[in-house]
Amino acid sequence: MIKNKKTNSLISPDTTQTKKRKKTDMAQNGSNTTVKLLGTWSSPFALRARIALHLKSVEYEYIEEADVLKSKSDLLVKSNPIHKKVPVLIHGDVSICESLNIVQYVDESWPSKPSILPSLPKDRAFARFWAHFVDGKCFESIDAVVRAKDDTEKIAAARNLMENLAALEDAFQKSSKDGGFFGGENIGFLDIACGVIVGPLSVIEAFSGVKFLSPDTTPGLVQWAEIFRAHEAVKPYMPTVAEFVEFAKQKFNLQ
Amino acid sequence: MGKENGKVVVLDFWASPYGMRTKIALREKGVEFEVQQEDLWNKSELLLKSNPVHKKVPVLIHGDIPISESLVQVQYIDETWTDAASFLPSDPQSRATARFWADFADKTISFEGGKNIWGNKKGEEQEKGKKEFLESLKVLEAELGDKTYFGGETFGYVDITLVPFYSWFYALEKCGDFSVEAECPKIVAWGKRCVERNSVAASLPESEKVYQQVLKLRQIFGVE
Repeated sequence: MIKNKKTNSLISPDTTQTKKRKKTDMAQNGSNTTVKLLGTWSSPFALRARIALHLKSVEYEYIEEADVLKSKSDLLVKSNPIHKKVPVLIHGDVSICESLNIVQYVDESWPSKPSILPSLPKDRAFARFWAHFVDGKCFESIDAVVRAKDDTEKIAAARNLMENLAALEDAFQKSSKDGGFFGGENIGFLDIACGVIVGPLSVIEAFSGVKFLSPDTTPGLVQWAEIFRAHEAVKPYMPTVAEFVEFAKQKFNLQ
Repeated sequence: MGKENGKVVVLDFWASPYGMRTKIALREKGVEFEVQQEDLWNKSELLLKSNPVHKKVPVLIHGDIPISESLVQVQYIDETWTDAASFLPSDPQSRATARFWADFADKTISFEGGKNIWGNKKGEEQEKGKKEFLESLKVLEAELGDKTYFGGETFGYVDITLVPFYSWFYALEKCGDFSVEAECPKIVAWGKRCVERNSVAASLPESEKVYQQVLKLRQIFGVE
């Protein structure tokens, strides 16, 4: 028997069987180990992780990296030594990096409904392809618009971005099947993946006056962006357009 | 009908490391498939129709479903043909680790990265390309350590992602005048072990052939 130092009561130590059961519980549903998320309020990638954790009703401690561009915390550097970027999910003593990796990890570690990834291999392939497209071509073209130095560059970059959004619109029309989300009736992996462009797009629209998402060119995405922002797993964590604009002004030294 | 049913075709170019990933994965699963060789300077209608976004090889066509992006294809193959061993471990943490390293390998050891070496004459640009390539390969070597494969004893997702570039090492060495084995001996030893597998041996071209192809590309791009 051992003494509980706080209450002075006697408690029996865990039997081997109890220890075994607890270990299995933890492995099966990951619910008995601490969960922490390193992120920043402005990071669209950290947003992905927060949405996933919310959908699975995971209790976690959110740690804001105060100024991740200028000075990275020891915890961040230790838990993501290769990239030193947010978000990082720390589950017990394990670190998971890369936002889409975190989303898949959350889906697998907390297998209760709702499922984040679709169940059929072909639908999963579709979701992964377009998520990769968003992280690759879409982000590159958003970046190109922001960094364009003169009008010629701006026009070329804007045209490229519009083409990419048109492709994404096409993908949306194919997969949503009138459901409102990329996955149909419920929010899923591809919605979470695509959600990262909503903030940055609203910023460049505010600065350039150009509507990249419009009812004429991308009617599906316009509606999708609305319901995405309003979803209960997204709304608490998604900054407003004004907050994004202010942040962009500082980050890119714009006025 | 089981989800595995349906004809499997790979639109491919023999020297593409990305196409090699898909072919290795299919062979590991014992899947029968057909390869359609593409002329990358004159792409087929089928390729342009099946991958309109990127217009690139490889494309995996299963029945009437086209799937693009090699790593998406490898995961699809793993999830569709489930009788054979999985490329990913079963616990979420190890799976996340594997995905992380596959992603790292994919981003750092790439066709574009290689081009910085073979696509430049001897000089500053080429030195920069070599440095970046070797730095990344060393990080991967540290992750491999003394394991048989990246996942441990089982050949898996990270191995499939990286091993195609083993067939490109010779071409890069000749163009860049360096030795991968001298810099990353464990990676080369790992490559040799992988090539002992039928799936890898059947999917990787001979290094000399790749080198000849790179020399052709150098001529086309005016590098000499």
